[in-house]
Amino acid sequence: MIQSHKAPFVRIAKRDSIQAWHGWLIRLTGLVLSLIVSSLVIYAIVHLNPIKIYAAMFDGNFGTERRTWVTLRDMVMLLCIGIGLAPAFKMKFWNIGAEGQILVGGIATAAVMIYFGKSMPTWMILCMALIASCAAGAVWGGIPAVFKARFGTNETLFTLMMNYVAIQLTSYYVAIWENPFGSNTVGIINQMTKAGWFPTLLGQKYLLNIIIVMILTVAMYIYLRYSKQGFEISVVGESENTAKYIGINVKKTIVRTLMISGAICGMAGFIAVAGASHTISTNTAGGKGFTAIIVAWLSKFNTFMMIFVAALLVFMEKGAIQIASQFNLNDFVSQMIMGIILFFILGSEFFTQYRLIFRKRKDVK
Amino acid sequence: MQNSKAAVSMCNITKTFGSVTANENVSMDINKQEILALLGENGSGKTTLMNILSGIYFPDSGRVLVDNKEVSIRSPRDAYDLGIGMIHQHFKLVDVLTAAENIILGMPEKGKLDLKIVGDKIRNICDKYGFDVNPEQKIYDMSVSQKQTVEIVKVLYRGANILILDEPTAVLTPQETGKLFDVLRNMRNDGKAIVIITHKLYEVEAISDRVEVLRRGKYVGGMLTKDTNAAEMTNMMVGRAVSLNIDRPEPKDVKPRIKVKGLTVKDSEGVSKLSDVSFTANSGEVLGIAGISNSGQKELLESIAGLQHFESGSIIYIDPKNGEEISLINKDSKEISDLGVTLSFVPEDRLGMGLVGNMDVTNNMMLRSFRQGKSFFTDRKAPRNLAKHVVKELEVNTPGLSTPVRRLSGGNVQKVLVGREISSAPTVLMTAYAVRGLDINSSYTIYDLINQQKEAGVAVIFVGEDLDVLIELCDRIIVLCSGKVSGIVQGRGVDKGEIGMMMTKLKEEYENDSIS
Repeated sequence: MIQSHKAPFVRIAKRDSIQAWHGWLIRLTGLVLSLIVSSLVIYAIVHLNPIKIYAAMFDGNFGTERRTWVTLRDMVMLLCIGIGLAPAFKMKFWNIGAEGQILVGGIATAAVMIYFGKSMPTWMILCMALIASCAAGAVWGGIPAVFKARFGTNETLFTLMMNYVAIQLTSYYVAIWENPFGSNTVGIINQMTKAGWFPTLLGQKYLLNIIIVMILTVAMYIYLRYSKQGFEISVVGESENTAKYIGINVKKTIVRTLMISGAICGMAGFIAVAGASHTISTNTAGGKGFTAIIVAWLSKFNTFMMIFVAALLVFMEKGAIQIASQFNLNDFVSQMIMGIILFFILGSEFFTQYRLIFRKRKDVK
Repeated sequence: MQNSKAAVSMCNITKTFGSVTANENVSMDINKQEILALLGENGSGKTTLMNILSGIYFPDSGRVLVDNKEVSIRSPRDAYDLGIGMIHQHFKLVDVLTAAENIILGMPEKGKLDLKIVGDKIRNICDKYGFDVNPEQKIYDMSVSQKQTVEIVKVLYRGANILILDEPTAVLTPQETGKLFDVLRNMRNDGKAIVIITHKLYEVEAISDRVEVLRRGKYVGGMLTKDTNAAEMTNMMVGRAVSLNIDRPEPKDVKPRIKVKGLTVKDSEGVSKLSDVSFTANSGEVLGIAGISNSGQKELLESIAGLQHFESGSIIYIDPKNGEEISLINKDSKEISDLGVTLSFVPEDRLGMGLVGNMDVTNNMMLRSFRQGKSFFTDRKAPRNLAKHVVKELEVNTPGLSTPVRRLSGGNVQKVLVGREISSAPTVLMTAYAVRGLDINSSYTIYDLINQQKEAGVAVIFVGEDLDVLIELCDRIIVLCSGKVSGIVQGRGVDKGEIGMMMTKLKEEYENDSIS
């Protein structure tokens, strides 16, 4: 067998390091390419003007003032869960249980609103609900962590199973708190008195949601970057052997971190119930606990990056609903666009790390 | 330049990784019927150059000629087809398969698999060159040297005429090294071209016919081994004159610092790792620990460092200030340091235990000190200053303090680790294979640091694999064999062969017992 004398057509080489602007140029190129490719796909499948589709998506997000605020509300919700997941995933603890942690936080909030709605002022209800929801989420995140630390159980399966327990628990309480009787829903809690609802600030219903999550964004950034506990999380995530070698109590770190993670996810449940829907159902988490995993990983646990990722995902989701109603399509088109965009964004990360070298034409002697 | 003897000619090979140039315009011939020693410090591009030949990397520019025909080696399979085989430092064998199964693994052959024919073919190769391999033996039942033999037979079975061995003797005892060299000579006499990468110059003198030297990616020169000597080769590698003698200051003010009595350790499956080990480590003294790999060295150091649960025995630390005796039983590393015992430990697994590969130099300095102070937040100033200090004092070659340490070369990684460990002014310093994979220059830096610590009254425990170094550096040497102490000897005036025998003696007795 004789060798061809050609060099390979294309080779992959690692970039040493690239300037920040270069990296962002690559990512921007990826985004533009993704929009072009999805336009072609839209046109090929539904024969609609892609520009109109994009316009409709924008309209669905920011068409009216109300829509804009709803978009922001949903965005900070997703962001809040992403922030909650960040410390767990940074420690390489696969917390798939955000759904359950949100639900138990929501149940705790609903319980405080229902049982103390008549006897306490709203600010007191909110404080109690905040504490109760964080505690519930911390327990829900802490249980798999204790088992992982003690017996080495698989946290992915354990946290996933905890979701189903939380869903059943929610169904149980929905049945107890059913209102009106026979509706099989809890209905809007304290609809008349609005006790325990987030107050309107500067005339805006959802401003408090945004403020709380922005504070969390900054706090978690500082916690992970500059605190001793944040440093321990990084070390345990990178290498448990190193952690033991320098005397970090690995078990304690795992349990503590997951309780923090669960508490913030529980707080997301508090915001969802007291600050947005004012009711509780098995759909309160609605898959956001899983979507937030994408938010956490794509932004490499940088909470400020999470703002952009969460915004993009919510934008696509809202756009999908608008396309579906405006053009009488189902929302699959939007999901295809979402897939294409994610593909290109993830792909551009590869090109920030590596470059391709194409075969040069051989010089003729 | 046409060289009829050349099996491989490399012309003007250049290979870069990002901004790092690993090889720059390197030209070199590898001849048939010759053993070539490729010399160079860490990061001088030896392994990169050989990886280009074995198809793992593709050069940015330059030509490779095999049998005077230009070729393009795009994958390891291309390399095999050209008869080039590389034996890597880390073996690539499947533990649960037999030697024969590993040898034929991945070979595209038509027809039915007949392990009998394969076995016969393997036996033929073994008889020809003097290997000792049982084709039916499982890999997990083999010693390190047997595994290496399987790797060599594997490339021969695939018809390799050009063999590249990357630091093959690092894991072998002197006796096993001798056996390997006999085999290599047989292969050379059979017409094969052999390249050996090694840091041990006496081995170069013993085995090679010719040496070629690389320095910082560039070709420096080559000569026949018989026309040169260790000092000249070192000077070429380093670029300046280096003294090859390891200092050994006389121990001063020797007092017991750590007393180990009857230490017994079993692993999680109940297999005995250490049994009834007793010794005393003294201040102002370097205590060497010799033994074949996996004779219990790791467990011994980790027991003292508080990382290993042990069945029975006692470890007592004697405080140099007041002579107080402190028991280190059942204490983890944090509890030990809370007792005021400053124990430094340079573990064998540098990036998996001693350091965090993805963190930069500053953060790795912080690993030891981040708990200091009552603040909720970490103090970054002190570790950054320490990082600057270590980088400057130990001449760590790094692009910056914010480069992840996994990007540094082996020697620089070790300097970062040792630098951090001695910065805490320890009273006990334990090192495991402190110079493994390090070039001469870095190794001597480490020996100097160890001697400085010794003169400062630190009790140094030095686990090593190179017996020549152990004999030159250590005041006393404990020889371990299958987790037992087979003897404690004085470093001055001991014979290398004697230690080699002690390393294997107990093992043979044990095997005899189990057969009968």
